[in-house]
Amino acid sequence: MALLEVDDLSVTFARRGQRTVRAVDGVSFSVDAGDVVGLVGESGCGKSVTSLAIMGLLPKQPGLRVGGKAMFDGTDLLQLDDRSRRDIRGRDIAMIFQDPLSSLNPVVPIGLQVTEVLTRHRGMKGDAAAKEAAELLDRVGIPDPKRRLKEYPHQLSGGMRQRALIAMAVACQPRLLIADEPTTALDVTIQAQILELLKDLVRGSGTALVMITHDLGVVAGMCDTVNVLYGGRVVETARRRPLFREPRHPYTVGLLASVPRLDAGRGERLNPIPGSVRDLLPWPEGCAFAPRCTRRVDACVGEPPDLVLTHDGRSYRCINPAPLPGIVPTTAAASPTAAASSIAAAESADTADGDGPAPVIGAEALDAGTPAGGPVPAPREEEKS
Amino acid sequence: MFRFIVRRLLQLIPTLFGLSILLFIWLRRLPGGPETAILGERGTPEMRAAIRRNLGLDEPILIQYGRFVRRMIRLDLGTSISTKREVTTEFLQRFPGTVELTITAMVIAIGIGIPLGYLAARRRGQFLDHASVGGSLIGICIPVFFLAYILKAIFSENLGWFPSSGRQDPTLGATRITNFFVLDGLMTREWDAAADALWHLVLPGMALASIPLAIIVRITRASVLEVLNEDFVRTAEAKGLTENVVRRRHVLRNAMLPVATSIGLLTGGLLSGAVLTETVFAFSGIGAFLADSISQRDYPVLMGFIMIIAVVYVLVNLIVDLSYSLIDPRVRVR
Repeated sequence: MALLEVDDLSVTFARRGQRTVRAVDGVSFSVDAGDVVGLVGESGCGKSVTSLAIMGLLPKQPGLRVGGKAMFDGTDLLQLDDRSRRDIRGRDIAMIFQDPLSSLNPVVPIGLQVTEVLTRHRGMKGDAAAKEAAELLDRVGIPDPKRRLKEYPHQLSGGMRQRALIAMAVACQPRLLIADEPTTALDVTIQAQILELLKDLVRGSGTALVMITHDLGVVAGMCDTVNVLYGGRVVETARRRPLFREPRHPYTVGLLASVPRLDAGRGERLNPIPGSVRDLLPWPEGCAFAPRCTRRVDACVGEPPDLVLTHDGRSYRCINPAPLPGIVPTTAAASPTAAASSIAAAESADTADGDGPAPVIGAEALDAGTPAGGPVPAPREEEKS
Repeated sequence: MFRFIVRRLLQLIPTLFGLSILLFIWLRRLPGGPETAILGERGTPEMRAAIRRNLGLDEPILIQYGRFVRRMIRLDLGTSISTKREVTTEFLQRFPGTVELTITAMVIAIGIGIPLGYLAARRRGQFLDHASVGGSLIGICIPVFFLAYILKAIFSENLGWFPSSGRQDPTLGATRITNFFVLDGLMTREWDAAADALWHLVLPGMALASIPLAIIVRITRASVLEVLNEDFVRTAEAKGLTENVVRRRHVLRNAMLPVATSIGLLTGGLLSGAVLTETVFAFSGIGAFLADSISQRDYPVLMGFIMIIAVVYVLVNLIVDLSYSLIDPRVRVR
């Protein structure tokens, strides 16, 4: 059974006199224990709102409605009362946020911000808590932790602050860690270190990690499974390697194609997805991505596309998906042998280098004749180191 | 920290110097003078001149000012024209009452204002929020003397819960040490005297608290609303901390800076005397005495009292500035 099973989660904000905003519109995904799962998409596609809804952290306001289910280890997080939620947060499910400076309390020493979690969930106080806090800071790679405990957030560098936040998040060895764009506010070299740290922490402990990001490089380097979100719904789910190798949903294809390539010729233009997230069709009226889609057909508008499940466990929500390489583009099942072989190849490649960094997808994927210009995310720093 | 305090105290010297010049000019520009106050309409020019000569007011203004400065350096503020007693004595006798009244009013204003402002922010848009914002508007609008009379009528004359005037029941014959009646009662272990003095403070304290309370509610509410939107509050919630810890450690502490500023300014303002409240409750503080001194043109009292009040005002705000660094490590003073 999955550790976290999000089913048909929806979040709507209704305001008097204004159109109701559907920030999340039927998101479903699952996270297995110890897995690293990516939630990927452009800004405004509902990634962060999804995570906040699961945590019960959406700002309380009239007009906010959360629907669906989020089963965590057998209990529906969305049905819990405030008290039980507080018991779970920080202990079983922890979260790391985007901007480490604003996410730390400026007037409270780092030490207390770490120990307060220990006091709350592990009943530790005084010297024991301080000692454990120092060990936590040490574990996340903060040098001279004893001194740092007494310091305030403004005395730490950006990378140190994020490390401190991570220390607070892993203080109770949570079973699920949600990282909401944990590297967006950091500069590139620090980004790599933080991702490496997260990977190390997760690998050893059996903690599952939900990685929310718009950065496909992060996905390539970390995630086992990837969920691509668009317009508040998951449009494609796949293991990392098949997704990069053979993206099926045109939005995924577009995302991969829009990543700047280091090996691109000089003067070659970037390939953005035309339009913006705002040009979105409400799901009940068809595919939300249709207005921006290059593979749009008439049937895309009218009713929402069904989720297509393929036999290898992938799924996508598209009636005219990008063709698999080397296959007549009808449906995935039309040419089972070819599909199976390419998937087998992907899977074997996947196991070959285990969960280590993935130098992946570059030339190899291009050779295979990847559709839509070839997804080659720029190599990231951490993959070289 | 120490250097900061010394620097601020040194800055006080030019401030006081400038203030004394302004005060001197302003007081002497007022029409009439002590001789008019003493003699009224009927005094002859000769009598007026005699009084002026007696008080040294006939000399050139620069010489008078020089004399004032020389005395002030020796901490001698002169003698009151109307009561013939030392200005310092008058001050030490009356200021403790004002201080007690100010403390009472601020304790009421802070004790109610901060929790109410916090709750209003937390329940934004609900009944309590509207009630406290509306109530604080009324608190600012109601004239203090009017509120004072109403409080007196209800709680003293009708219900008889609190005494209607004075600082203490004189029949108790309480011992005086510092002229802080509550403090004196505690120091001499005359508990009934202390309790009686405290009881006398309640109604005037409530009347005087109305405006500071309204201001503190509003500033706290606005400040808490701002902090509630901060990312670190979300982090605190994500850690599963109890509501109590989130409120105390993460919300209120950050919301306190602007509140502390306003508390400093309000306290300083109240310490300069509350003429109306003191008059309604026949409470002997510096307010009513200062007002009398203005109509008496009692130059030494006015100069002396206002100079001391200025020093107190600066000291109160210095304490507030120092408290910043306790609240927020980013404004550590050097």
